[in-house]
Amino acid sequence: MAISRKITIEPITRIEGHGKVTIHLDEEGNVAQARFHVTQFRGYERFCHGRPLEEMPVITQRICGICPVSHHLASAKACDAIMGVEIPRTASLLRELLHMGQYIQSHALHFFHLASPDLLLGWDSDPPTRNIVGVVRQFPQVALMGIRLRKFGQEIIQALGGKKIHPAFAVPGGVSERLSIQNRDRLLKGFHEATEAWATAMGFLKKWWHENLTEANSFASFSSGYAGLVDEMGNLALYDGKIKFCGPKGEALGECHGEAYLDFIGEMVEPWSYLKFPFLKALGYPGGIYRVGPLARLNVCQGVSTPKAQEELEELRSSAPRWPAEGSLLYHWCRLVELIYALERAKELLEDEEICSKETRITYSKPAKEEGVGVVEAPRGTLIHHYRVDEHGVIKDVNLIVATGHNNLAMNEAVKAVAKAYIHRGQITEGILNRIEGAIRCYDPCLSCSTHAVGQMPLIVTVYDSGGEKIGEITRSIE
Amino acid sequence: MGKPKVATVWLEGCAGCHMSFLDLDEALVDILDAIDLTISPITDFKDYEFPELEVGIVEGGVGNHEQKEIAVKLRKRCKVLMAWGDCAVFGGINTMRNWIPKEEILSYAYLSTPSSCGGSPPSDSELPELLEKVLPLNQVVRVDAYVPGCPPSPEAIAHALKAVLAGRIESIPVALLHFD
Repeated sequence: MAISRKITIEPITRIEGHGKVTIHLDEEGNVAQARFHVTQFRGYERFCHGRPLEEMPVITQRICGICPVSHHLASAKACDAIMGVEIPRTASLLRELLHMGQYIQSHALHFFHLASPDLLLGWDSDPPTRNIVGVVRQFPQVALMGIRLRKFGQEIIQALGGKKIHPAFAVPGGVSERLSIQNRDRLLKGFHEATEAWATAMGFLKKWWHENLTEANSFASFSSGYAGLVDEMGNLALYDGKIKFCGPKGEALGECHGEAYLDFIGEMVEPWSYLKFPFLKALGYPGGIYRVGPLARLNVCQGVSTPKAQEELEELRSSAPRWPAEGSLLYHWCRLVELIYALERAKELLEDEEICSKETRITYSKPAKEEGVGVVEAPRGTLIHHYRVDEHGVIKDVNLIVATGHNNLAMNEAVKAVAKAYIHRGQITEGILNRIEGAIRCYDPCLSCSTHAVGQMPLIVTVYDSGGEKIGEITRSIE
Repeated sequence: MGKPKVATVWLEGCAGCHMSFLDLDEALVDILDAIDLTISPITDFKDYEFPELEVGIVEGGVGNHEQKEIAVKLRKRCKVLMAWGDCAVFGGINTMRNWIPKEEILSYAYLSTPSSCGGSPPSDSELPELLEKVLPLNQVVRVDAYVPGCPPSPEAIAHALKAVLAGRIESIPVALLHFD
């Protein structure tokens, strides 16, 4: 039948936030266009104007309940830059520890609660049970391990910031509280069980990988640039470092400290998404597509500074079909390499002899600069907070580029790649739709973060004919 | 009789209340076992065609037309509607935009930030239009139970949810109420 159709997948589930996918089919029933829309906008960049600088770490973490710590820290770093202060070493260690707590909880959440249903229960398994509840029923031990691993990360955050979500800890100039020796010793007892939970997850992932090698390697694989923070040695950095940019073959495109991000990154706006489209200025739009997050970070770094994570990285590099790795499903593997890094690094930090020192903050009198940029690697990728203030430290301008924003062009590319690979002559099944969502899920998009501007993700497949008339609908609904 | 059907949605919020629910950790397993969790950001149901529900749960305020429709649909299908967190209860942090015209917010975000390089601001029919103001849930639909906090603690969430599942609406004990 010679009609073109439009497919909508809405809402996209098991991701953090709200979005939808529309796919237009041509007259032969093949994919003509595929788009990932972010459908929410909130306006943080504008409504923070007029607030005192000191409020920013507490306000902006409300952008996201999953990675509040990332916003909290990027914000505090932007404030440090404006105040012109170098924070005490202990404050820096404690902020990094808070960040590692978040990596542990967020990466565990993503693997066990959101992605594992596809891997453990199967892409084509029954939608009503293809979720964490289904995993709890079929693999109770695995689910419990995931829950406990996430809990450990949250407990690190709570021990420092007083609560697990939206902690009040980092302040311009350092952190508000020291870590007690009792809390340090209590946290140090948690690593054994946490490392075992990680090993179980990694075991499942590698087994799944080897059993599904063809799909695993080709799924949503495409060429792009990459960006991520590295330390002075060129190793993976999550709390502080230089942003390194690489091209599709791993060729270096440059490095910069946070304050020079505008030399490398621009943002385009498309009328069909509330999420902006960052691109590499050197390559233009949309050719300047690049990716951030676990895959990108491991693509741009030389290595990882902790022993077990380095061993895992080497195994991953020798298992991937090429390096830099391109397949979107490799994000899951990279995420688990970072998870063991976060565990190892958290332990190193807790064992540092200055971690319980009282020197956690320095004070300042007035802003030293009119603007400041704070950059951290959020679990989902590079996070940039850029503020301008008046002479009293009152906010005049705010620019936020979040991980999911950097990945916007890439997620659209991934959706297109999977749609083209699986939809032929108009044949669509629920399992195909779930794979398209799965392509997005690889990027673990945080639509809460990405919608700081405005926005959410919705999934229904609506079929339109070439005249725009709705002729059918495929949905996943309950009885 | 089957397990009580429950649906959860997040509207103009940050996911933090759902995360606080997950922070029940081991206790979560028992709660998930006692209910039939239908539509929720952590399950795979598509569309917002809610079945008949014992409990509907909303995180987040109401900031655009799509969210308003979801809130109204959910209210119609549930016996008890719970508002989780300061955004659903009071409007929350996103109401900071209520003092600024929405056109100004959109134009700043899409055209005036230092990284802006052009393009057309979002206008597609696929995108829901913003409301003039972000509203707390009870300015859109009737709410039966409130659990404030940013986010509410897992204990507060469990306390309120268990009471509702047992057929009672209880206020949150003072010890579990907190401003931040």
